[in-house]
Amino acid sequence: MAVKSTPVGNTAEVSGFRRWWERTTNTRAAYLYLLPAFLVMTIITFYPLFYQVWMSFTDYNIANLRGTVPPNWIGFKNYLDIFQGALQAKLPNFNFWRILGFNLIWTITNVPFHVVIGVLIAVALNVEGLWFKKIYRAIYILPIVLPTLVIATVWRNMFDQTSGSINMGLAAIGGLFNIPPEAFYIRWFESIVPPFSWFLPGMPLPLSYYAMLIANIWLGWPFMTIVATGALQSIPKDLYEAASMDGATPRQQFFTITVPLIRPAMVPAAVYGTITTFNLFNFIFMMSGGGPLRQTEILVTTAYDLVRTQRLYGMAAAFCVLIFFILLGLTLALNWATKATERYDV
Amino acid sequence: MSEKERRLPLFKQLIYQIILLAIAFSVLFPIMWIVSLSLDPRNLSRPPDFRLIPPGASFEAYRRVLARPTANPVTFAELAFNQLKLAGGVSFLAVLVGVFAAYSFSRFDYRGRKGLMLSVVMVLILPGIATVAPLFVMLNRIVIDWGSIQFNLRNSLYGVGLALISGQLPFAIWNLKGFLDTVPRDLEEAALIDGAGPTQAFFRIILPLSTPALAVTAFLGFSSGWTEFALSWLFLTDAKDFTLAMSLWNMTGPYSGDTPWSAFSAMALMVAAPVAIVYLLLQKYIVGGLTIGGVK
Repeated sequence: MAVKSTPVGNTAEVSGFRRWWERTTNTRAAYLYLLPAFLVMTIITFYPLFYQVWMSFTDYNIANLRGTVPPNWIGFKNYLDIFQGALQAKLPNFNFWRILGFNLIWTITNVPFHVVIGVLIAVALNVEGLWFKKIYRAIYILPIVLPTLVIATVWRNMFDQTSGSINMGLAAIGGLFNIPPEAFYIRWFESIVPPFSWFLPGMPLPLSYYAMLIANIWLGWPFMTIVATGALQSIPKDLYEAASMDGATPRQQFFTITVPLIRPAMVPAAVYGTITTFNLFNFIFMMSGGGPLRQTEILVTTAYDLVRTQRLYGMAAAFCVLIFFILLGLTLALNWATKATERYDV
Repeated sequence: MSEKERRLPLFKQLIYQIILLAIAFSVLFPIMWIVSLSLDPRNLSRPPDFRLIPPGASFEAYRRVLARPTANPVTFAELAFNQLKLAGGVSFLAVLVGVFAAYSFSRFDYRGRKGLMLSVVMVLILPGIATVAPLFVMLNRIVIDWGSIQFNLRNSLYGVGLALISGQLPFAIWNLKGFLDTVPRDLEEAALIDGAGPTQAFFRIILPLSTPALAVTAFLGFSSGWTEFALSWLFLTDAKDFTLAMSLWNMTGPYSGDTPWSAFSAMALMVAAPVAIVYLLLQKYIVGGLTIGGVK
């Protein structure tokens, strides 16, 4: 009976609970603040991610969309079809390893351009006594400010075969040497002849890759310039003065002072740039469309094609599960590389 | 160092100016190209020549685009309104929900915090397209039926919005957490000593202090929603729901037919202008936020 319980034990219990309750006040508040966000994310992110794993083992397709006919469990067939190339029957010229390879090469060749050009321009803009600094800075930020959707469509337009500004410009230059303009009707996005077959002999890249590379360099370096400018301005001037007193050349100063001191800012920016470039959907989709012959397709554009055009939802799910693990691996690798360079710094 | 030594020699100055001018030209060229095209009065699909200031330059293309940009019977205003609803709703909700989670991550220490933060970062690096298959089939299952209002959630701006929040919420959480980490704790601690709870500290001190960060995060979310293409293009089939981004693609992609380039250019500029202008105005704050992580 209730009366029987000793008052002492009761108060000890109550105070124990109360103490626990008071001790965890902050923890409870913390979880309470998290609750809305995680509720939303559970419903529209985490649950779909798990559902996607299940879908990837089924032949989910347009017939199952209404939910009346459940899809068939087919085990690892989707994955095998992707790796072994049986998906080619539905997606002409599909080759998973080529797409993955192109995606990596696309990223690896873009980001160094962005970082190197970005840093060099930032250093040039940081030269003391330079005229019109503010005007240049205001102009150079424009590629960041414009939406990539607009940039991609405009560059596609500029690479047009007959009326694009690139071909017109080349023809104007060629005209000085009496080359007829027809020689410059370059089919940037359709031509299947690799222009530099010595580059990557196993997987020569079509002209559309170079067109997109040019456009993406235009888009990518200003961000790196902004990050580098911020870092450059925090380097104390007396470091350079001391170095030049000791007889260090500008080149030596650049590699022994500037580079190590802006590295902490540039590394996260480069990681961010790598992930963004790896998944640069709008550019590939709107400029080359993955063409010609699917040679410039990247992972996300292929997944999109599987859902939108092919309507193979199960297959697309399997593909997206693979993208998830590839990105996870890429991020871990980048993280490891970042840590490695940090250790070098210290 | 004397004043004279610090000044850049004229020869070097000129070399720098030439290089920087050439770069400025390369940056400006696509913009000049598109502005010139948009003023071209000929309304040709593939103008045979290019002139920086086209003879008889007019705003005719803008007028046409405002009235009816694509073959679909919708005006620019209707498309812009759809895009506005989508971008505004998504960014507002993402910031509203995200700021609480950001506060929790930034100010409390509790079991599971690191793991939960990691889950947010994992979603952050995942491109929106990586969850498109399950979202498509799941949203397609949901049919809203409120008397006269009947629609398939997938085939509506609400469905696209839900899918977009899935990508924007982690971004909002992370961006705001980064900002809150830089807010000194002294003010809150003073309030806590005076007997305020964490909730009061949040609403009375943190929230007012974070107004600029909230505005920047909301704007970045808004600008990504303003040009969202992939999900809208996949989900929406009804012309009344179409957005600016979809129409811009309609005017240049494989469905563009003989759309005049002047119209496409006018459309591109009108889509880009609102976010570009606000971006330039907020530049100082946005750039500050982007570089905070790196600069010590």
